[in-house]
Amino acid sequence: MKGGFIDNLPKIYGMYTGGFLLFVGLMAILEQFGVDADTIGILFVAFTIFIYAAIGWLSRTMQVDAYYVAGREVPPVFNGMATAADWMSGASFVAMAGGIYFGGHGYLAFVVGWTGGYILVNALMAPYLRKFGCYTVPDFIGTRYGGNFARLAAVVVLVVASFTYVTAQINATGTIAARALQIPFEVGVWFGLLGILLCSMLGGMRAVTWTQVAQYIVLIIAYVVPVIWMSNAQGFGAIPHFSYGDALHRIAELEPMLGVGTPAAEKIAGVSVLTNLHNAPGEGMAAWKFVTLVACMMCGTASLPHILMRYFTTPTVRAARKSVSWSLMFIFLLYFTAPALATLTKLQLLDPNLATSIIGRSIEEVNALAWIQKWGSVGMVAISDSNGDGLLQINEFFLRPDIIVLATPEIAGLPYVVSGLVAAGGMAAAMSTADGLLLAIANALSHDLYYKIIDPKADTRHRLIVARVLLIGIGAAGAAVASLKLTGILGAVAWAFCFACSGLFFPLVLGVWWKRANRAGALAGMICGFGAGSLYLYWTYTTGQTWMGIDHLRFGIIGMPVSLVAMVVVSLLTPAPDAEIQAMVDETRDPSGGTVLDATH
Amino acid sequence: MSQDKSEARARHWVKTRNLTYVVLVLWFIFSFVVHWFAKGLNEMNFMGFPLGYYMAAQGSLIVFVVIIFVQNWLQDRIDDECGFGEN
Repeated sequence: MKGGFIDNLPKIYGMYTGGFLLFVGLMAILEQFGVDADTIGILFVAFTIFIYAAIGWLSRTMQVDAYYVAGREVPPVFNGMATAADWMSGASFVAMAGGIYFGGHGYLAFVVGWTGGYILVNALMAPYLRKFGCYTVPDFIGTRYGGNFARLAAVVVLVVASFTYVTAQINATGTIAARALQIPFEVGVWFGLLGILLCSMLGGMRAVTWTQVAQYIVLIIAYVVPVIWMSNAQGFGAIPHFSYGDALHRIAELEPMLGVGTPAAEKIAGVSVLTNLHNAPGEGMAAWKFVTLVACMMCGTASLPHILMRYFTTPTVRAARKSVSWSLMFIFLLYFTAPALATLTKLQLLDPNLATSIIGRSIEEVNALAWIQKWGSVGMVAISDSNGDGLLQINEFFLRPDIIVLATPEIAGLPYVVSGLVAAGGMAAAMSTADGLLLAIANALSHDLYYKIIDPKADTRHRLIVARVLLIGIGAAGAAVASLKLTGILGAVAWAFCFACSGLFFPLVLGVWWKRANRAGALAGMICGFGAGSLYLYWTYTTGQTWMGIDHLRFGIIGMPVSLVAMVVVSLLTPAPDAEIQAMVDETRDPSGGTVLDATH
Repeated sequence: MSQDKSEARARHWVKTRNLTYVVLVLWFIFSFVVHWFAKGLNEMNFMGFPLGYYMAAQGSLIVFVVIIFVQNWLQDRIDDECGFGEN
């Protein structure tokens, strides 16, 4: 091929996409020849992980700027895809549609929050941080405000938020690997970690970037195909997104007939029955809960270091902005599909006019279904004839929310090849996010803690070895925590957002937007915001009480205002930053010229 | 730094800031205000969807995508106008 790697990106990823589709076609043919579902699942997961690992190997590097910021040469559209994969985690891919299926309108707050946050990233953060030229987020805090203490505080917030997040992702890779490869969950977790490390260890940010682009392509195909397939089967056309309104009306019609809202007569651990109406937004407290969750997710988006650091990899400030808009575009494709998926799957199960419906059929008939048996055997689906009438009622059908996306192809009676594809997509989503998070943590520890604070004289080789050792260590710690199965996927993710926005949102925003912000203020903002948020989380989680309906999913609503007030008050009480810092802020706001920090800082 | 450069910077920053304010107001409306009234909006129909649901599942998202592309287009123009367009 003529030209360099970067010039040929569209061709390379075009060929990759074609190759992947060819592989899917090959699997479909194998299925026709009678290869069983398990083998197809194993082939899908193994093949895609092999590809990612190969990309990781080809991107290996010993250069600092390639390792930390992919050499600052990633074109906007590709950085958009990489960010989208970095962003859409196991929670987005696996759990979100399930959340909407069970929670109805209230869960759409995640959809709104996780897209609108990019407006904040674009308007307040990304272009300025790119101009600044930092390698990590604490690098910006440490240089803008000065002093190792501010840098250290930022490192602590980053590590807590990202580590909470990464355990959820390793948990998700473990869950999927365990199912697809037929191995125990605990082994699946370590297997997943191995795949993640293969992608990131040798090439750092450069390797993660190019694997994330590959992972985005797999995950978006895997998410959209089943929805379009189902939609065609239900008569909503090839692009259901604009036409599934009728499905909503149909569900609203069926809900009272089927008695949605009746609680289950018994409790079964790990699974629950559908009791929330699909589209019943409330007023007052319900509306308050909606907007507070949106606020936490948006501000968390704009403060999560693994996302912000993706915009350090573009060639220019303008390219950084452009890549934020492409990121949102690519994320939007999945997020506006999720509610459609939740709605169509619900209709599949509920509507007696569809062959796939189970509510109202005889228990015997339902228990004979292959997907009920398969997911029932691992305790993720349960059927219990509580009232003994021999028919399945809505409150006798128990389901684990996380499996909706993974089980949808089987529920809708699609071929196995689609299930295999979805498993590979879920794996891609969880792995790509885990990669970005592990790298964010390891880079902050190696660059900010080790190189900037502990040993500023360390040479390049030494720094990059430390970075890799940390990557393995943190990954192993994450896998160890994940194998304990402490929290659900969506819960842990919401915590990560709240930690990040409590501690980092205002110190980052005001660092660019308020020249008067100084070191003491930033420290107060980080410590008080993060402290108040964490204490509130501890209180509400241990006592089960809430204040103004703010539960453990939205504790950032406590942390952020505390952080803002502390930062403004302390900044105003202490002397303004010196002329040099103020000039640095002016320089940051000017999109032209080189970076504020020099390339070898 | 020359006088011209710092004047250009000041002008550029005022324009950038005003654009950002407009974007944040729109962002606030479609992130919070619209969803606060979801129940009422559900009484209305849009393309066959109850409007409150539509805005949360799709409408706001589409608005966000449009805002971000338009903002960046306008910001590029501001940069070029003030001589800060980079190549």
